[in-house]
Amino acid sequence: MTEDCDGEEKDEETRRWSPGQGGSSSSSSRGGGSGTSASSPFKNRCVRGRVDQPPPFSGQVLENVLENVLQFLPCRRDRNASSLVCRSWYRAEARTRLELFIGNCYAVSPARALGRFRCARALVLKGRPRFADFNLVPVGWGARFSPWVAAMAAAYPWLERVCLKRMTVSDADLALLARSFSSFRDLTLICCDGFGTPGLAAVAELCRNLRVLDLIENDVEDEDEEVVDWISRFPETDTRLESLSFECVNCPVNFAALEALVARSPSLRRLRVNQHVSVGQLRCLMVRAPQLTHLGSGSFETVPVADGAAELDVAELESSFVASKSLVCLSGFRMVAPEYLPAIYPVCAGLVSLNLSYAMTTAEQLKPVILRCHNLQTFWVLDTVGDEGLRAAAKTCKHLRELRVFPFEATEDSESAVSDAGLVAISEGCQKLRSILYFCQRMTNAAVVTMSKNCQDLVVFRLCIMGRHRPDHITGEPMDEGFGAIVMNCKKLTRLAVSGLLTDKVFEYIAKYGKLVRTLSVAFAGNSDLSLRYVLEGCHKLQKLEIRDSPFGDAGLLSGIHHYYNMRFLWMNSCKLSLRGCKEVAQRLPRLVVEVFGDQNKELDGDAVEKLYLYRSLVGPRDDVPSFVKIL
Amino acid sequence: MSSGLRMEETELRLGLPGGGGGGGGGGGEVESGKNSGKRGFVEIVDLKLQLQTPVGVQEAAAEAAEKVKRSPNDDSIVSCGSDPEKPSPPKAQVVGWPPVRSFRKNILSVHSEKGRKEEGEKSSSLAALVKVSMDGAPYLRKVDLKTHRSYQELFVALQKMFDSFTTGDYGSQGMSGRDFMNERKVKDLLHGSEYVPTYEDKDGDWMLVGDVPWEMFVASCKRLSIMKGSEAIGLAPRAMEKCKNKC
Repeated sequence: MTEDCDGEEKDEETRRWSPGQGGSSSSSSRGGGSGTSASSPFKNRCVRGRVDQPPPFSGQVLENVLENVLQFLPCRRDRNASSLVCRSWYRAEARTRLELFIGNCYAVSPARALGRFRCARALVLKGRPRFADFNLVPVGWGARFSPWVAAMAAAYPWLERVCLKRMTVSDADLALLARSFSSFRDLTLICCDGFGTPGLAAVAELCRNLRVLDLIENDVEDEDEEVVDWISRFPETDTRLESLSFECVNCPVNFAALEALVARSPSLRRLRVNQHVSVGQLRCLMVRAPQLTHLGSGSFETVPVADGAAELDVAELESSFVASKSLVCLSGFRMVAPEYLPAIYPVCAGLVSLNLSYAMTTAEQLKPVILRCHNLQTFWVLDTVGDEGLRAAAKTCKHLRELRVFPFEATEDSESAVSDAGLVAISEGCQKLRSILYFCQRMTNAAVVTMSKNCQDLVVFRLCIMGRHRPDHITGEPMDEGFGAIVMNCKKLTRLAVSGLLTDKVFEYIAKYGKLVRTLSVAFAGNSDLSLRYVLEGCHKLQKLEIRDSPFGDAGLLSGIHHYYNMRFLWMNSCKLSLRGCKEVAQRLPRLVVEVFGDQNKELDGDAVEKLYLYRSLVGPRDDVPSFVKIL
Repeated sequence: MSSGLRMEETELRLGLPGGGGGGGGGGGEVESGKNSGKRGFVEIVDLKLQLQTPVGVQEAAAEAAEKVKRSPNDDSIVSCGSDPEKPSPPKAQVVGWPPVRSFRKNILSVHSEKGRKEEGEKSSSLAALVKVSMDGAPYLRKVDLKTHRSYQELFVALQKMFDSFTTGDYGSQGMSGRDFMNERKVKDLLHGSEYVPTYEDKDGDWMLVGDVPWEMFVASCKRLSIMKGSEAIGLAPRAMEKCKNKC
């Protein structure tokens, strides 16, 4: 769906024509000389429902040609732009769009989306706002996949790929998906909930052409009695599986079935197992699939009961890694036994991505590993490695593009072994850095300024100083100057998350220099409405703004009226908003859906608004609003 | 639990939060029976921001404590940051902060518990999400036990969560946060109202919430269920016996 959604009203008529034989697998067959075919959709449309003259024959040819050209345009922003040229281009683009990206499932209804794009084969759909990941959105808020899968089952029999993020997907939804689309091949679920092993079993059994089943950080719920052996449900014949990720499925899997599945999946390149697979079992899998490029190792320790036999020798494990010559991405390591870590040395030099963020590795344990990873571009790690571990990474990983340092103890008053020193070391060693997420307890403006100067390619800068309102731990000053330097010096920055003690000043900087910023996350920051005003008036490309616990009120909210139609959403919780202000926004912007909700259902006693979520929508207020949400 | 149970732990004392009520497991490594006295509750009130309502804190008990005893102390905020050597008093945990997904928190808390058990320490305050179901409610909720430090706080949170489903039975006596200071009223809540909070522990037994010390509860609670009073009759005696057996 387009981010800029003008011009929708005028083309109601285009919804009435029926697509050409949608079952064709390639769009080229539609374009080539089909203008004369009796069943051509163009002819039907010409005759019906138009006030002006039917377009001349040459117009039809032009549209055919256009379709042939447009099929080479994959980028959705380019497609959005081309659809605005004129009606003809709009129609041609709509017919040739293969992937439908819907950044907010409530911005449009299934009927409208599917009605405009009749030939899509892939759907990417995002639901809940990101702060739902942190328990700020009450359970039951919405974002259900059901209406979408039901609509697609009727409209898109040729659907191939679905990717969902933060949606509620039930087992029934998965079963319907599995039954309805014979060409279905890729299913990716990220941070979703509502399903369990029964749904996975349906997908395994019925999607005969399945290539990708990636389950990433979902909340897979199973009552103990209901666990289904879904791995055994894959077809007995060779499968087309290329990627299988189930780290988030918490129940044990039938290992014999898994091993057999891997053995009969010759195309398998990416395998990420859950923590119930021991290191001995992992070795068996690696022997079956030496062609793997991505491996998620599960627990990486011996589970005494399951293995039965003697503990696995490190040398044996290492030999498996030697044999896996194609490995470029390693993850998992849920309960890594430190003595097994050296087994991965043989593959380190080829690694492009390493995720140790569930392993409590110390600096000493990390060093021999990281010093071999010359080609690493993505590195996720726990702060247990400390500044010293980060220094080691900085020394070797000259091509590092993305770094994420997660906290082992995610509390405000925990001790963290990483600090400003680690940040400086990284900035000096990894000057090609594009994306960083860094959790710490102690930070200085100087360190952040240094990073802004060394890493000019930064596109994503997310710094989380865990203690609320923490100033620069050396000077005692607010962190305004550090973040200011980031927006000033990193001219490609599109995503920013701020933390620590921050005044209105930092937002003035962001407004002045952060002209490309699209996503901004704010928590416990700012002094007054000025901050919000700066950002909404200055950041012209702002799409997603999420704010919590900051003293911004109605005046700040109203200063964004000119911009909200250009944004995907605004989220604010625990600020100083009132019903009056939110109602005014709702009233002045009729195409905006303004949702207010709170922790308790009686929150609308007072005027204070605990949580606000507003977003543009083509279809007005949604019809699945729970009782604790009020749409103004 | 590594430390022995002492009788006073099973007694529901309701001093100011942190002053012994429930033992205060939320802040971290508080030893059993240690009376931390004046807990730095005022840190919650973020005076620099000059907010009317306390920022982001979910527990109403905290609000009550402020109303009762509000001693503005600007220095506490600055001192946390500018003097890193002195450990700042543990702050009340705020919902969803730091912003780490539950998925990750849960995995790491398993690590930490495993490590701590080996060393004989108590588990530190990492996420402990449990499902909460209520008779008659259309869907389950979840609560992070580690964001609360006592039964009072938990009850308030539960009340808020399920307020829409009851007609206010669960606290209809017009209890405010301050009332949780009153021991008698809390007991009335447990025994007098229509709904009774129960939990399933690690052994699979259903027990009444409130019978065991708070930390023991957090460590052993797998799931919560708010049952109708009539169904919960018969739980109490078993729960007491079980507790006696463990003592």
